Formats: sequence, C-alpha cells, structure tokens
Amino acid sequence: MSSTTLSTAGQDRQPRGAKTLFRRRSAIAGFGLSLGVTVSLLSLVVLIPLSAVILKASGQSFSEFLQAGFSARALGAYRLSFGAAFVAAAVNAVFGVLTAWALVRYEFPGKSIINGLVDLPFALPTAVAGIALAALYSPNGWVGQYLEMAGIKAAYTPLGVVIALTFIGLPFVVRTIEPVLRDLSADVEEAAASLGAGRLSIIGRVILPALGPAWLTGFALSFARGVGEYGSVIFIAGNMPFKSEIAPLLIVIQLEQFNYQAASTIAVVMLSASFAMLLVINAIQAWARKRSA
Amino acid sequence: MSPRSSTQDPWWVKTLVLSLVAVFLGLILVLPLVSVFAEALRQGLGPALEAMSTPDAIASIKLTLLTAAVAVPFNIVFGVAAAWAVAKHEFWGKSLLISLIDVPFSVSPVVAGLIYVLIFGSHGWFGSWLIDHNIKIIFAVPGIMLATLFVTFPFVARELIPLMQEQGVDEEEAAASMGAGGWMTLWRVTTPNIRWGLLYGVLLCNARAMGEFGAVSVVSGHIRGLTNTMPLHVEILYNEYDFVGAFSVAALLCLLSILTLILKGLLEMLQPQVRRAGH
Repeated sequence: MSSTTLSTAGQDRQPRGAKTLFRRRSAIAGFGLSLGVTVSLLSLVVLIPLSAVILKASGQSFSEFLQAGFSARALGAYRLSFGAAFVAAAVNAVFGVLTAWALVRYEFPGKSIINGLVDLPFALPTAVAGIALAALYSPNGWVGQYLEMAGIKAAYTPLGVVIALTFIGLPFVVRTIEPVLRDLSADVEEAAASLGAGRLSIIGRVILPALGPAWLTGFALSFARGVGEYGSVIFIAGNMPFKSEIAPLLIVIQLEQFNYQAASTIAVVMLSASFAMLLVINAIQAWARKRSA
Repeated sequence: MSPRSSTQDPWWVKTLVLSLVAVFLGLILVLPLVSVFAEALRQGLGPALEAMSTPDAIASIKLTLLTAAVAVPFNIVFGVAAAWAVAKHEFWGKSLLISLIDVPFSVSPVVAGLIYVLIFGSHGWFGSWLIDHNIKIIFAVPGIMLATLFVTFPFVARELIPLMQEQGVDEEEAAASMGAGGWMTLWRVTTPNIRWGLLYGVLLCNARAMGEFGAVSVVSGHIRGLTNTMPLHVEILYNEYDFVGAFSVAALLCLLSILTLILKGLLEMLQPQVRRAGH
C-alpha cells in the first residue's frame, strides 16, 4: 500500500498513532469531518430519538410491560399485522417471481411500462394507495362489486389488509429476484437439457434452487415492510379492535389518548420483531454469498 | 414460432404466465392508479381543479414542497458524508455503521412519529422547556420536518455507498498525491463519478419526503392550512366524504409519482449500475 507514504501529501491533522488503531492511514482527506458528520446526524436524527421509545417502555414494571404490550387487543393487532403481512408476502412470492420471469425472459408489448409500474409502490404516497384500493375494493367499487356478487367482502376486512400489503410489498420481491434471474445464464439450462433433463425438471432442479436465497430475501423484505405499514392499510382495513385493527394503528390510538407508555410498549414489541427480521434477512444474504462464492 | 430450444418456454406456458401477471398487476397496480384519476374526474375537470386550488389545498402543497426542500439537501449532505467516510476510508465498526444507517427503513413510520412526540411533545423530554420558551415542534412544522428526515434518512447514503465502494480510491489518491485538498477532490474527482447515483437517491428521497404519511400524521396535529401536507390533506378530505376533493389532490400526487418513475427509468438507462431496487 502506498498510502503510508502518500499520507504526508494529504491532510491528517489529527495526532497519529492513536488513530491508526482504528483505521488504516489513508491519503484521502476528510475522514474526521465526514465520519463526524455521519455519526452526529445519525445519532441526533435516528439513534437518540429511537432510544426515547425504549426508555419510555422500560420505565415500568415487567407485568405492566406485559399488560400494555400483550393485552388481548394488542395481541389481536399483532396477529393481523403479522398474519396479513405473511399472506401478502406469500402472494407476492408467487406473483413476484412470475412477474420477474416475464420481465427477464419474455418480450411483450408494453414491457417497459410494466417494468416501470412495478416500482409504483415505492413512488406512490401510501395514503393515495390506501384510498385508491379502498375505492376499488369497496362493495360498490370496480372490483369490489364483483367480489360482493361472489360473496367475498374485501374492503374493511382482514382481506383488505392483505390486498394493501400485497401492493406495498410487490416491488421488493420482483426487484430482488430479477437480477439473480438475469445472471442465471442460459448455459446452465442448456447444459442440464443436454444431459437429458426435461423443462420441468430444469425449472425444479436448476432454476428454483438458484433463486432460493433471493426469493427468501424478497419474501422477508416484503413481510418486514408489511408489518409496519400504516398509510395504505388504514383506509381499507375497517379498523375494528380485535378484528381489523393493525398494530401501527393501535400505537396511534394509544398516542391520541395520551397513553404514551402503552404506545411505546407496543412500539418496542414491533421494533424487536423488525430487528429480528433484519437479522434473518442479513443471515440469508450472508448464506447466499457464501453459497455463490 | 422459433425452433424449440431447451431454454425457451412453450407458447402456452408463456401465454399462461403473461396472463397471470397481467391480471395480478392489473388488479394490484393498474386499476388503483386509474381509479384515482377516474374518481377525481367523476364530476368533470372543473371540480377537480377547484379542489386542487382551495386555500387549504394550496397551503398543503406549499408545506409538502417545503418539507422536500428541507429533507433533500439534508439527505445529500448526510449521504455524501456517510459514503465518503465509509467508501474511501477503513475504520473499525464500519459494517455496524452501515447497518445503523439502514435502521429507519425497518422502523414502522408510526414509530418514527412517536419517538419525536416522546422527545418534543408536551409530556416529552424537552416538553416543559419548549413550552416555557414558547417553541412548538410537535403539532407544528418542525415536527413534520424531523419525522420526514427520519424516514428519508438512508436514501442517498445507500445509493452512494455501494457505488463509491465499487469505484475504489485510486482516483482520489492520485488527486491527493498531486496536492488536491479534500474539498477539491470531492468536487472535481468524486462528484462527476457519482452524479447519477446521487440523482437517483435524491429522486427516491424526494418522492418519499413528499409522500410520507404515517410518521408525519403522528406529529402533525392535522391543523388545516398550517400543518397539513398533501397526503394528510387527502386523508382529511376522504374522511369528510369529499371524495372528489380527496382524489383530486391524490391525482396530483399520482402525477408526481409517475414523473418520479419516468425519471427513474431514464436514470437507469443512462447509468445501468445504479441500484434497481429502492425503498
């Protein structure tokens, strides 16, 4: 590394020696400033405020914590938030892989429009998605009226929550699978075919296993996003306690009743779940990297 | 039909897959988008335009633009600083720092609002001090800004970090060896290499800042004409059964997100290595 000799040309006003423990000396200026800005802003905007909710929730006895965080109403809300997010992620896992497959493997009219539209849930404000889905799937909406005829109630039921979370989670699955599918070269499939494998067994034995980690990651990302989602859900959910009330809404309700401790407790339960999921996602990705290496 | 190859699906599989995808995307993406415009124009263009230009609607548009005007520059400063520290230097705890930057993406937007209420609300850490000094943060514009900063926090950083890591440090080291200072290196050497990625991050950050609902809803207090952003205005009108009004303002937001998607597509064409997946 030439960086040791070069560092004299750089800036490095900090005393040497102590710092080298933590970093390799570099010729490039601005380490102290850029890291300082990064860490201060991160602490001020994200970390310290987040610690407030943990402090608030820990300022009570354990039984109070259980009472607020795991009341029957809270449990109902978790069940809906986690359950609906799971179902939506599963739906997205199926249709997301089909969408990614169509985008990578097929040519069809309007492909670039479809490709752009897949990212709509990233770009569309959640409240707009919420009222649009509510209007569409309500009993007199364009789609809702036909569901009504079939005896299915979509809006204002848990099914409505699933619909909203499917909308929100779709791009996570498609955009995670797509690059893997693109990199999966046709050579592998041709090789399998030349060894006498049929189309179905190529899909089952070659393509799906290669997609596995990306598929799981996409599923987990879609699930994680759905659990915390608020804006797109509340308009279509019905918001009945124990039935169609999602956990983030329960936090808002507790907050509106100045029940800060209960709101924080539910928030901490949700935060723990999100971080657990984050760990799982990282583990899947580490496993995928190891496997492909 | 082209000669059947082992890597090509038979026509009926292709038709089946494409029809399934068309029905699914139609129900989940296309119809909701179309229905916003249809509901907005239900009574014709006049009432829709009128709903977009009421004083409350205009106040909400202004506040939304102001919010984005604060969040985007903040995000650029943080993102460039974070990427510069992480990609151009080696230090202990780097991967922890990268994970921490991503934290806001895994926090429910409602929790993002709640944390600021706990700190700046009337019963919060600084509540009584703020009341004594007559400063309003919660149920006022500063709270909306803070909540927006939180939810948009990682956007630029997570575009730039992988991009700048990939580009390595050779050019910056060469610039330093020729006597260029840090700011000059950043401006003349690094920025031209990262501009498309930076724009991409700004685009996503801007869309989220203008569209954020959950976090902003918790800290806003929904005061018409004062603390209502466009998405909150949509909610109020909708809950008052003013559907034409709600969907008209929503249609404006839809146009904005369509524009975002078009620009995003253009950037991806210009610079294929910018990340395809956002949040």
